[in-house]
Amino acid sequence: MQSVKETLTGPIFKNNPIGLQILGICSALAVTSSLRVTLVMCVALTLVTAFSNTFISAIRNYIPSSIRIIVQMVIIASLVIVVDQFLKAYAFEISKQLSVFVGLIITNCIVMGRAEAFAMKNPPLPSFFDGVGNGLGYSVVLIAVAVIRELFGSGKLMGYEIMPLVTDGGWYVPNGMLLLPPSAFFLIGGFIWALRSVRTEQVEEPEFKLAKHTVVGESA
Amino acid sequence: MSSNDSIRKTLIVAFSLCIVCSVIVSTAVVVLKPVQEVNKTLDRKRNILAAAGMLVEGESVEKQFEKVNKRVVDLRTGKFADDDAVSDKYEQRKAAKDPARSVDLSPEEDLAKISRREDYAFVYLVENDQGQIDKIILPVRGYGLWSTLYGFIALEADADTVAGLGFYEHGETPGLGGEVDNPRWKSLWPGKKVYRDGEVEIGLIKGSVDPGAEYAPWQIDGLAGATLTSRGVTQLVQFWLGENGFEPFLNNLRAGEA
Repeated sequence: MQSVKETLTGPIFKNNPIGLQILGICSALAVTSSLRVTLVMCVALTLVTAFSNTFISAIRNYIPSSIRIIVQMVIIASLVIVVDQFLKAYAFEISKQLSVFVGLIITNCIVMGRAEAFAMKNPPLPSFFDGVGNGLGYSVVLIAVAVIRELFGSGKLMGYEIMPLVTDGGWYVPNGMLLLPPSAFFLIGGFIWALRSVRTEQVEEPEFKLAKHTVVGESA
Repeated sequence: MSSNDSIRKTLIVAFSLCIVCSVIVSTAVVVLKPVQEVNKTLDRKRNILAAAGMLVEGESVEKQFEKVNKRVVDLRTGKFADDDAVSDKYEQRKAAKDPARSVDLSPEEDLAKISRREDYAFVYLVENDQGQIDKIILPVRGYGLWSTLYGFIALEADADTVAGLGFYEHGETPGLGGEVDNPRWKSLWPGKKVYRDGEVEIGLIKGSVDPGAEYAPWQIDGLAGATLTSRGVTQLVQFWLGENGFEPFLNNLRAGEA
């Protein structure tokens, strides 16, 4: 049985859902062009993961295994709709920018992955912390990506101007590619590389090794 | 655990889960609906004010909107329709898809690539303290590069001078076509003229406008790197201020016959 601290902090670096498990990449690409939106997305995902884990864990002994995935989906989907409704009511501007991606939390692999891998086998409290921990792990990566993308892509952070743009009479020429989704790929790739350089135990065994080059005929 | 897999148990779990979840979801929807409706109307009002260049940040949008008078225009005749010609829930976007409430546009007419135009449109008239029309705000929409751009264009009381333009919804490329949201670009619009000898002349050009050019009062800088979005903006403005858009209404308004 892991300690609370371990379940909570483990997923941040040691077992990061994006860095090691490579889950939840799609939303990481889509919502990270502005930090404010990213923060809301992180909070939404953390809440959904934490509570779906709790509820699924609470009824785990009653879930028939034949319909367990659909049961998990129903719980996750309900939570996501509730979160979406709250955002529409209290954070309208941001919910407009997040648009479909709040709904897509339903299909975020982190939520399903934790429900199936952790909540189905553990009591509610550790499951709750596991959800929070994985949400935080996701958030760390997303926030890092969003800071880089917004700062260098539009010279702002949280919508506040840090580096005045040339188009607004300043000096900074923004890197437009950072505002497009593919840039998040490079950043996340860099993040995974950095993480694995420090924690070499995360590097997977290569699936095959290149054979050494041999010269067959001696012609020269 | 095997007892969990009996058909009876499976059905009971599935059924009760559905009940519980649907109660939670519908409660959230019903309870939060009023707040969301308020947000939606507020957002719309904010966009209208922003297009007219009247939005003051930090002040209540409701209060600023008090000066704005919402009217219904029959686009077929160019005259005001009775306010009850359309219901409170009338949405132009939906009406434009309904053959009974819209007209089909031929390819030559359909500059803005919207394929159908609704019969009734909302216009927003801003009145000054004397009760005269100060600004006319018209809804516009049209296709850019990737998406339909939705926005408002505001005209001064002469129905010829632009007071502002703003889009509240679009999916153009950030940094290129998305620059339609750039305040600096939007600030190029106020003061420009729409009509030249009775024809819609206003439009975006490639590059920057030469202030000395003959056509400068009708020209706006194009968006760098966004030729198709720029063309889309030109065409949607020309469509909505043209004969199939609000031109008949604006003519009537000028003649005092609307």
